Amino acid sequence: MVTTNKNIDITEVRKLLGEVHDPEVPVLTILDLGIVRDIRVEGGLEIVITPTYSGCPAMDMIRQQIVTTLDQHGYGQVKVTTVLSPAWTTEWMSQEGKDKLKAYGIAPPNPLQQVCQIRPFHREEAVQCPHCGSYHTSLISEFGSTACKSLYKCMDCKEPFDYFKCH
Amino acid sequence: MTHSTALIHYTLHLADDGLILGHRNSEWTGHGPILEQDIALSNIALDLIGQARNFYQYAAELINIGGLSGPSNISNPAMGPGLSDGPRSPVTEDQLAYLRDGWDFKNCLLVEQGNGDWAKTILRQFLFSAYQTTLYEKLAQSRDKTLAAIAAKSYKEGVYHLRWSSEWVIRLGDGTEESHTRMNNALDELWKFTGELHTAATYELETAAKAISPDLSTLQPLWKEKVKEVFDEAGITYPPSVWMQTGGKEGRHTEHLGYVLAEMQFLQRAYPGCEW
Repeated sequence: MVTTNKNIDITEVRKLLGEVHDPEVPVLTILDLGIVRDIRVEGGLEIVITPTYSGCPAMDMIRQQIVTTLDQHGYGQVKVTTVLSPAWTTEWMSQEGKDKLKAYGIAPPNPLQQVCQIRPFHREEAVQCPHCGSYHTSLISEFGSTACKSLYKCMDCKEPFDYFKCH
Repeated sequence: MTHSTALIHYTLHLADDGLILGHRNSEWTGHGPILEQDIALSNIALDLIGQARNFYQYAAELINIGGLSGPSNISNPAMGPGLSDGPRSPVTEDQLAYLRDGWDFKNCLLVEQGNGDWAKTILRQFLFSAYQTTLYEKLAQSRDKTLAAIAAKSYKEGVYHLRWSSEWVIRLGDGTEESHTRMNNALDELWKFTGELHTAATYELETAAKAISPDLSTLQPLWKEKVKEVFDEAGITYPPSVWMQTGGKEGRHTEHLGYVLAEMQFLQRAYPGCEW
């Protein structure tokens, strides 16, 4: 016997996925982050996700939350598949996600060009302070409180802040 | 060695490199010289262990579809004793990390060396990241789609590791007399393990012949170029050719690996199957 879902309504599924938040940056949903790569319906409901960073400890929890959220709305049979290719990039983050980050006090990722170079002491051109809007900021550490962020300080308002690094 | 056995061994080799270096770096968590660098090294550890996990999952998948089937392989030391008991239940990523013994591990000798001081930890990371980024850049073109996907993803993370460790090598090498001396001492201790990075193990020759992995000898000049560039800026002399110690990729390790495994595997050995 195969248990079947109620009729799959893609729009509803998408809306529900928009209620699943990143446990480490709770202001973002998994749709904002761009980690939901596909929603498949053939042969049962399947959600395809990709991790931001290989070691991101939030992935297991996200997987679980997807299943729980969908289950609560009648989609009891859900398969969550993880894919690695193509590799996640901050280019997939929604504009809405970037706006939310900024309002939350985290500088959103710069566009991909000109950054992510290998040369030592290379700096991203300008990371804008999410508090006062100044571009007069300085890197404290390339690694921050989570894998996806680095630590900056603003030379004008003197506040430290996280930067969701371009990746 | 069949094609798939070589692929399994190669995948385990990549996984073991990440896990052991990741574990070594994690030993610094809570002990870093300043908070930001403690966090940096812990983040690098997390990346490496995450990458290792992807490789272990793939290795387990390959083993479970029968890559190491047949009577001769039931006692194959590559599998470890914990994996060969009784009827074949599926192998898991955790078993590959926690239940294989020292001679089953195929990591390079470089990554298992003790942390020493900050200079040694930094230099170990730098020498390895310079190798790993050149490797992953090429491995991303692998004929094996899964390895290519893991490599492409890991490469992006490795770039951060390389840049961070390069900056530290320069900072210490070109710093005070004390930091310069420490960097040179670290070089003396670690250099003899760098030859292995570009010396192919038997399984690597096979995977390279199948266009699964790059030819390591083609990576060596690229590695040298990266290392030399940073050494020049750091005021460190690129060492002349010396005798190189190898063996780790084939399971012959220095005495340091056993201590890493003793700590890392203790819980699963003492309480098999234990979960959080």
